[in-house]
Amino acid sequence: MTVDSTAGVPKKASGTRRKRVPSRAGSVAPPPQPELVQLLTPEGERVEHPDFSLETTPEELRAIYRDLVLVRRFDGEATALQRQGELGLWASLLGQEAAQVGSGRAMRPGDYAFPTYREHGVAWCKGVDPLNLLGMFRGVNHGGWDPNEKNFHLYTIVIGSQTLHATGYAMGITKDGADDAVIAYFGDGASSQGDVNEAFTFASVYNAPVVFFCQNNQWAISEPTEKQSRVPIYRRASGFGFPGVRVDGNDVLACLAVTRWALDHARSGNGPVLVEAFTYRMGAHTTSDDPSRYRMSEELEAWKLKDPIERLRAHLVREGWADQEFLDSVEAESEQLARRVREGVRTMPDPSPAAIFEHVYADGHALVDEERAQYEAYAASFEGGEVR
Amino acid sequence: MSSFTMVKALNEALRKELEADPKTLVMGEDVGRLGGVFRVTDGLHKDFGEDRVIDTPLAESGIVGTAIGLALRGYRPVVEIQFDGFVYPAFDQIVSQLAKMHARALGHVKLPVTVRIPYAGGIGAVEHHSESHEAYFAHTAGLKVVTPSNPVDAYWMLRQAVRCDDPVIFLEPKRRYWDKAELDPNAAGAPSRLHDARVAREGRDATLIAYGPMVKVCLDAAAAAEEDGRSLEVVDLRSLSPLDFDTVTASVQRTGRAVVVHEAPVFMGMGAELAARITERCFYALEAPVLRVGGYFAPYPPSRVEETFLPDLDRVLDAVDRSLAF
Ligand SMILES: Cc1ncc(C[n+]2csc(CCOP(=O)(O)OP(=O)(O)O)c2C)c(N)n1
Ligand SMILES: [Mg+2]
Repeated sequence: MTVDSTAGVPKKASGTRRKRVPSRAGSVAPPPQPELVQLLTPEGERVEHPDFSLETTPEELRAIYRDLVLVRRFDGEATALQRQGELGLWASLLGQEAAQVGSGRAMRPGDYAFPTYREHGVAWCKGVDPLNLLGMFRGVNHGGWDPNEKNFHLYTIVIGSQTLHATGYAMGITKDGADDAVIAYFGDGASSQGDVNEAFTFASVYNAPVVFFCQNNQWAISEPTEKQSRVPIYRRASGFGFPGVRVDGNDVLACLAVTRWALDHARSGNGPVLVEAFTYRMGAHTTSDDPSRYRMSEELEAWKLKDPIERLRAHLVREGWADQEFLDSVEAESEQLARRVREGVRTMPDPSPAAIFEHVYADGHALVDEERAQYEAYAASFEGGEVR
Repeated sequence: MSSFTMVKALNEALRKELEADPKTLVMGEDVGRLGGVFRVTDGLHKDFGEDRVIDTPLAESGIVGTAIGLALRGYRPVVEIQFDGFVYPAFDQIVSQLAKMHARALGHVKLPVTVRIPYAGGIGAVEHHSESHEAYFAHTAGLKVVTPSNPVDAYWMLRQAVRCDDPVIFLEPKRRYWDKAELDPNAAGAPSRLHDARVAREGRDATLIAYGPMVKVCLDAAAAAEEDGRSLEVVDLRSLSPLDFDTVTASVQRTGRAVVVHEAPVFMGMGAELAARITERCFYALEAPVLRVGGYFAPYPPSRVEETFLPDLDRVLDAVDRSLAF
């Protein structure tokens, strides 16, 4: 036990020397450089870590590789569709595939994910149809899927909010006596939000089975992570009373191993864990953003050498677990997916204008009904009986 | 005189105020090197340095809360909230602290904080990027709430807002950001006071009352109505709190009819206050009840149907028809 405050220090008894508070000088010494959990080097070499091990079969590794490739292809297609005017906006996950597929695969079907707006790879692992993700970016809905179908909550745009929802959901799991767990996804920028820090507090106090999974992609739009924190983000956890781990976010195996451990830690009643996946946003923040205004292209080049997909491919090929035929078949499948997405988006119907009035309340509301009737009468008063 | 977009006019206003007073600060998310997501602060970081143009952590409550502290220490912060839908984490600081502190201190402290918010819809954005929340702020005593409709007002009103010793919520109609107008930023003084309304177009048959993004819609509606032989007056409120009722009243006394137009939902919106006041002040001059055109009582919809939600020329003229039919 270290003494962190003077709260427990006994009052001075008369005639004795006043006790000094133990010096805290030792605890402010610079911390050792954070260790990055890694199981697969950028060169594709499999390495061991003393605390995190992972058993995988070649078949499993091939499946992981397939996920990574398909997710990247889907993401690239969405970017292209935005350029073509089919989507209003797209938030690319380029560079973050390993963090998302690794953590996404660590979940059991009963585990629940609360994403930001960039978790396309997690959605993929949870079995959400990629086309569903595009509705809000096309502007036909604000989410549009049933979160409970795949235990994947709606995308949340307001930075940090979902970490509280994840925590509350996890508190409910505890009350139910279930052994499911929750992952709250958020970014390095989000770590500054009050909501995120309140989520840490609640999760800690209620020992909630939630894993806080921060993808530190080094940027919050134009602001580097130094603008958000003077300490590595994973170390925030200790102040809230739970463990924090930094993992190589471009290493899908390490992300899988660490998240699996964290989920098991949480579901066994040991409380929350903060995982910081150290990664890089290879693209623009969104299709509206121009990163050349605020960051150097050398940085991007350096991170390209740590590409999450390349290293797994190198590993598979080196071990003789993937031949050209396999790689080609994944490529072909990714093109198929891209085609399906392209066609699906182009034929995605616009909502009817009257959809504005739907699902505003579960129990209905007189004013919504009244305005809907007014709107419909107004629309019918035009030639063709329809406005726009 | 030269041509300014609203973005450029706002940028020039901030530049002038940063030059004029070393205590003036600009702070917010991405306002530094990036120049803000709409580029309103473009170049200011380079010219005034990161001590004056501050990229803050991603935390709106923190941004407004620390702006309050800086103001208490004698600074004059101009805060940017990136989009309308992201001001709510700061709502407590704005409503419970910023608005009330001057009164609680019995006038001993001043809170010259300007909170700039790009607001309202019409740009095809995703959720939380199109909201009109002016009524929340106007409902709070202690805050001033203003919104320009064009580049010239944007320039002068922002300069006046920054100099104001009260907290000002400065709402920027983002779909008018790229509209252009001739502006002389070095003119001797502002053409009007911050809280004055303006008759944007004169007319005889009815008064359209609007602000921010809807002024242009009303001017277009008035031009279209003229072809049908109807003469519509358009009042641009400019300031929502305080409201310039004298200008509104004078207009409605002349025309006898009023239609209030805003993007925010009609229910409990600015139009409700205006209708009530007009009824109190102009009861005997009114030929018809005050009508309101606005958003529906529903969340701001996905962009593919936002045109249905937003008042347009047809909906404005439909209300004018109904007013004239009384
Ligand atoms: C409350 C709130 N404030 C501001 C924004 C605007 N915004 C959208 S994304 C973003 C940066 C987020 O950075 P980070 O948390 O690191 O996630 P990343 O986008 O890098 O995945 C900002 C400021 C927002 N969506 N919500
Ligand atoms: Mg980030």
